[in-house]
Amino acid sequence: MGDGERGSSIVMGFVLSSVFWLVVGLVVGLWVAAEMIFPALNLTPWLAFGRLRVVHTNGLVFGFTIGGIFACSYYMVEKLTRTPLAFPGLARVQLWLFNAAIALAALSLFAGMNTSKEYAELEWPLDIVVVILWVMFAAIVMGTLLKRREKQMYVSLWFLIACVVTVAVVYILNNLAAPVSLTKSYSVYSGVNDANVQWWFGHNAVASVFTFPILAMFYYFLPKTTGLPIYSHRLSIVAFWSLVFGYLWTGAHHLMLTPVPEWIQTTALAFSIFLIAPSWGSVVNGYYTMNGHWDRMKSNYLAKFFILGITFYGLQTIQGPTQALRTLTGYLHYTEYIPGHVHMGTMGWVTMIICASMYFMAAKIRGREVHSVKLANVNFWLILVGQLLFTAALWVAGIVQGAMWKAVNPDGSLAYSFLDGVAAMYPFWAVRLAGGLLYFAGILVFAYNLYMTSRPAPRTA
Amino acid sequence: MSIYDKPVTFAMLAVAVISVGTLVTTFIPLFLPSTQPVSPLVKPYTAPEVEGRDIYIREGCNNCHTQTVRPLRTEVARYGDYSKPEEFAYDRPFLWGSRRTGPDLARLGGKYPDAWHYRHMADPQGMFAKSNMPAYPWLAKTRLDDSLTARKVRVLGYGYDEAEVSRRMAEFRQTVSGPAYPAAVLRSQVTPEPLRGEATELDALVAYLQRLGADLKAAQRGPIGPAAAKAAEARNPFAGNKTAEEEGGKIFRENCRSCHGERGEGGFGPKLAAKSHKYGGTDAELFASVANGRPGGMPPFLSGLGKDRVWKAVTYIRRLEREEK
Ligand code: HEM
Ligand code: HEM
Repeated sequence: MGDGERGSSIVMGFVLSSVFWLVVGLVVGLWVAAEMIFPALNLTPWLAFGRLRVVHTNGLVFGFTIGGIFACSYYMVEKLTRTPLAFPGLARVQLWLFNAAIALAALSLFAGMNTSKEYAELEWPLDIVVVILWVMFAAIVMGTLLKRREKQMYVSLWFLIACVVTVAVVYILNNLAAPVSLTKSYSVYSGVNDANVQWWFGHNAVASVFTFPILAMFYYFLPKTTGLPIYSHRLSIVAFWSLVFGYLWTGAHHLMLTPVPEWIQTTALAFSIFLIAPSWGSVVNGYYTMNGHWDRMKSNYLAKFFILGITFYGLQTIQGPTQALRTLTGYLHYTEYIPGHVHMGTMGWVTMIICASMYFMAAKIRGREVHSVKLANVNFWLILVGQLLFTAALWVAGIVQGAMWKAVNPDGSLAYSFLDGVAAMYPFWAVRLAGGLLYFAGILVFAYNLYMTSRPAPRTA
Repeated sequence: MSIYDKPVTFAMLAVAVISVGTLVTTFIPLFLPSTQPVSPLVKPYTAPEVEGRDIYIREGCNNCHTQTVRPLRTEVARYGDYSKPEEFAYDRPFLWGSRRTGPDLARLGGKYPDAWHYRHMADPQGMFAKSNMPAYPWLAKTRLDDSLTARKVRVLGYGYDEAEVSRRMAEFRQTVSGPAYPAAVLRSQVTPEPLRGEATELDALVAYLQRLGADLKAAQRGPIGPAAAKAAEARNPFAGNKTAEEEGGKIFRENCRSCHGERGEGGFGPKLAAKSHKYGGTDAELFASVANGRPGGMPPFLSGLGKDRVWKAVTYIRRLEREEK
């Protein structure tokens, strides 16, 4: 004991911060979802949809997901290297800076200070803070790795290193901007180039925030909770390198049929299809790990989070590539179908894995069992059903919307006005809101259960 | 010994692996002039338009509206000609968007008169009950801050100087606050008294919206896409047909009411419940007005509605004329 446990309080600090921003981000998400049905909810300038949607996405990507990544990474790095965290003082500073930065980010986005580039909306002073936070993260992870006692680096550590370098490269290059004032800047790229750089970033932000580190958690915490070793080490090597290689080619699948040069679109399409293979490499690895032990889905309360999580990842990585196909993008791009895709990934895959990892860490760190297995099960079912309702509603909505946009009369004229299409969406938006509320209830149960688990251990002799 | 026990080597290898796709699909295209071609037909934004664009960005309009028409038949029919790379040479940042909760705006410029936008931005549901667009009443209540405009134009490298910026802004203020401004009545309804002599944020936003796609339209002169197929139609095939008239009423309420009024009494567009019409009242002339649009904010409807429905709308206009008598 004692080894590799220096970071416990830092890990718990990031866990609680991450869950705090999760709850905030979801409240905003629910408000945004309600605004689509009741536009009267756009009460003030800072509550107007265009500003609020950005608070939702940034709050959950940077606050919840990256906070969760910091927490889980520090925990995994200590365990996997059997070495105490390097620079613990720096990590404590990072925790405070992180929370201050997210709060400032939210305030500045409420105030309308944004660059308009998706997931890179923060203005340049905050970009600098993000880069500083990331350099701290890199220093702590790499510092611990360098003085580690365990010789071999486990696959989770590879994914963390990939996350560290990819975020750094894409974030900095996409955010290059010429400042006009402290709160306003213009991208250094123009038009088509700006679009191409933005979505090269956008897709790899998804890769290096919603994929690499979440896979790192999956590869570490699934064996830890179930006591089963990962099925194939060789498969994880192949899957890792081809995933990391392939992702960077695919940004233009967000720009299909736009003025971006056609060869870039076609390349992106080809690599998007290619990505199915390495993505499913991890899915298969997960399933085979359970082989012969599927009873643990019942006996172990966390196994189902991981297995459902990787299942949604599997579905996500089939759905995503198909969305890049020219016929389907022509039909589904810009429709409700895409937020359906997004939320299966975020509410299904990302949330499932992070929730389970946090339960596991909190219980281990506090040296006790989870506060309530029953509540964890309630948590699981609420977020599962909420997510399915949410995403299924949007997929159907997107197909209906795409059909209405494309429908023509025998004489070639359009069958529906744009507003007809809007009017048809209201019932779907209502179901989405209901699904969101269920999911949110599940997250509240999670927050309570996690908090009860992570209260400081009672001092017994 | 393998790379799996050397973290620094591993990290460097990872950087090398992610660099390949980056170089090919993103970095090299930055240096190819064909990625972002420049055309003399597309001009940089004027000073008020720069400010309007920044308000569009601040309010996050791009979260619901796209600005790229894809080369798909129904999309061209709905919005207008598909987007060309040249059109975006001065767009920093690009504003193509990724969701179409509202319609595409790439071809919005000149589609409606300014007055339409003043009313629409203040109260979208007042014009379209089913719309879920937020109202933006505060824009008309905020004076346009132009203290940074000259600097913005310099950073953007638009090639005109500070004197030109001041001249353009002063001229703009005069135009929008003057009595001759065609949208004067609507503007003063939404703009509070003390600001009526100034340029407001809404004024700048409207200027920007009217610029969208305008260069391309000017270069191509006249309506484009399928609508360009000049429909040389002389006689209304539905004249006197009661069912067609009813259908025409429905088409009218969905497409024409917001500008010409519930009973054709007029609004942003001229009165239609009248014996004579601005661009002529023969079947052929009315058809041409509806099908191809007219300057000053009458949009073309042929590609969206098709010939039959345009004629049905004309049939309904005949009824409005009769009721007026
Ligand atoms: C109660 C749960 C949630 C609700 C009600 C909700 C609601 C929404 C709404 C209404 C939008 C805008 C969709 C549009 O413009 O059509 C959106 C977008 C988005 N949300 Fe959520 N959300 C929830 C959970 C999450 C979670 C957990 C994450 C991430 C961890 C997330 C990440 C995003 C992202 C990345 C987008 C942008 C999608 C795009 O640009 O296509 N959301 N959400
Ligand atoms: C092989 C893997 C994947 C591929 C090829 C892929 C492909 C795509 C495509 C083509 C789009 C754009 C759709 C459009 O706008 O028409 C998209 C959007 C998106 N995907 Fe995926 N996807 C993959 C996996 C994932 C995963 C695992 C997540 C995790 C949450 C995710 C999150 C998103 C988000 C957030 C967007 C919306 C971006 C925006 O417009 O703001 N994707 N994806």
